[in-house]
Amino acid sequence: MIESLFSHYTYVLVFVLLGLGIYMVIASKNLVKKLIGVNLFQTAIFLFFISMAYIDAEDASAPIVPKDGVPLKVMVASPLPQVIVLTAIVVGIALTAVGLALIIRIYAEYGTLREDTLREVRADE
Amino acid sequence: MSSVDLLLPLLIAVPILAATLPIALGLWVDRTGWPVAALTTSALFAGAIALASVVSTRGEAVTHTLGDYPRTYGIELVADQFSILIVLLVTAVATGVLVYTRQGGPRGNTFYTAYLLLTAGLLGISLTGDVFNLFVFLEITSLATYALVASGDGPEAAVASLKYLILGTIAASMYLIGVAFVFMATGTLNMLELAEAIPGAESQTLLHTGVAFIVVGFAVKVAQWPLHTWQPSAYQQAPDGVTPLIAALVSTASAYAFGRLLVTVFGVEYLTAMPNAAAVVLTIGCVSVLAGTILAVIQTEVKRMLAYSSVSQFGLVIAAYGVVIAGSSETAFIGAAIHLVGHGLVKAGLFLGVALVARSYDARTVDEYAGLAKSRPIVAGAIAVLLLSLVGVPPGVGFVGKWYIALGAVQSELWPVAAVIFLSTMLTLAYAARLLEKMYFTPPARADPLHAPAPVATDGGNAGSDESDAEPTRDEPGAAIAAIRGDRSAAPVSTGMVAIVVLAAIGAVALGFSGGTIAELLDPFLTKVIN
Repeated sequence: MIESLFSHYTYVLVFVLLGLGIYMVIASKNLVKKLIGVNLFQTAIFLFFISMAYIDAEDASAPIVPKDGVPLKVMVASPLPQVIVLTAIVVGIALTAVGLALIIRIYAEYGTLREDTLREVRADE
Repeated sequence: MSSVDLLLPLLIAVPILAATLPIALGLWVDRTGWPVAALTTSALFAGAIALASVVSTRGEAVTHTLGDYPRTYGIELVADQFSILIVLLVTAVATGVLVYTRQGGPRGNTFYTAYLLLTAGLLGISLTGDVFNLFVFLEITSLATYALVASGDGPEAAVASLKYLILGTIAASMYLIGVAFVFMATGTLNMLELAEAIPGAESQTLLHTGVAFIVVGFAVKVAQWPLHTWQPSAYQQAPDGVTPLIAALVSTASAYAFGRLLVTVFGVEYLTAMPNAAAVVLTIGCVSVLAGTILAVIQTEVKRMLAYSSVSQFGLVIAAYGVVIAGSSETAFIGAAIHLVGHGLVKAGLFLGVALVARSYDARTVDEYAGLAKSRPIVAGAIAVLLLSLVGVPPGVGFVGKWYIALGAVQSELWPVAAVIFLSTMLTLAYAARLLEKMYFTPPARADPLHAPAPVATDGGNAGSDESDAEPTRDEPGAAIAAIRGDRSAAPVSTGMVAIVVLAAIGAVALGFSGGTIAELLDPFLTKVIN
């Protein structure tokens, strides 16, 4: 158990990061920090994809390198997850942009970024 | 081999490209958005019909491989009998809602850009055959939806939209984690290849984890209790012209995607063998059905009431998926498909009707609907037909969907599910009847010129003696009431707006009669995925 945790330490880190991200979304009162939490959550997923892309295989090779030229016992990165992460990063940026635009509008209207203050202000209206 | 498969990428690419036109042309000409959107969605609808006729006559799926990459790592677009139903619904509703927005707004070129992007995303969800591509289209759809919700008047819309954004992003990310686990176990992202690889995959733990994440992600996206919290405020705060589109299509497309993953990717047999899978899906569905209906009954705002009603109706669909898994029931799956399409059409019509009433009659709460049948007989009639169809009164489409789902539950001997469906019908009647009673049997209690324009909850019971006062309004509806109430929000209503609501009502009934046709259409698909 302990050994497998050490050999797969990237996965452990990724899931710690996931937890941190979702904790920020839930616990932080600040809307911007919530959005940062969402970003952290997404980044953890990107890292998850990247870290599983390494295939410890003897007969595998990166598509651009001819198979004969590869010495045995190397880690080969499958390009597919990398492409996925690239796409997902773009999606994440778009989401952050829209989220920040909404937060700017909320701040302009209510003059606060804190969730609890926002609730009070809205209840008063 | 004809070039009919080119329709698939065109259905997705054309709206995305057309989405740039309103902004680009808007630099020179004002008001280009509506014509561009109308032209595009009509073309899409025509394309969808052409595709549907090919798929139904050929009896097998039309596929297109993007860029001719092998499907193991390329992206494949697939139109089969199940997806074509959703494509037809999406294009039809997107075209229909435009009839309302021409006068009803929101206006502006950027609105139509978001509108077309949303349509593209929804068509992408329906047509893609790749699980990661599905994530991208889910996010395109969500992004456009956030923008559309936020375009509502007032700052509340921005708050609702941000709430939706945070929850929606987390949900989509959950789905992405699920995809990551599945990819780790199988090494492919294509739905059909996954279907082959999953049963024999080495690490079943990875797959089970993946299924768990996917179920949670979609439970948020489809707005299942208790993860539905984004949905009512988003529906309520969105502009009146946007709510029909969002309510009818966004969650429907997500629910479709969930069904697709369950039956095509994981396969019924595999999920049946998986411990607790059926129980979890059934529980999510049944609890949502009950919670959604009860929450709907206690709402006073009509839009919010209908939003909670969506929670329960999608609960029915998810419960039907549960029945499919638990009992390998083809009947329940047909029910889920019919209910998806039927609910989409009914909700689009209802929200259009509600928008119309809010515009011309300035009524937003259930109490304010009093006497609607007298001053707006056509709209009230259409809303009544749609409501009854939602409840499940034959021959409305709601009845057919529920009938198949309940039949499937009974055949699979899942008595609690059958009981929940029956109970939910009674409760649906409770909130539908409340609105019907206000519209038809409570005279308008607003002949008082001093009546404040602010939405004060008027007690219908006291107005019983106002029958004589209410009479004159029959001759000059709408305008007279608007003049009496002295409010400025009563705006003219075009014939097209009324016609589209009536059309939705007729469609809901017509679809009720075509349940057998849909079942026949789905038959080849079902024989492939079940058994």
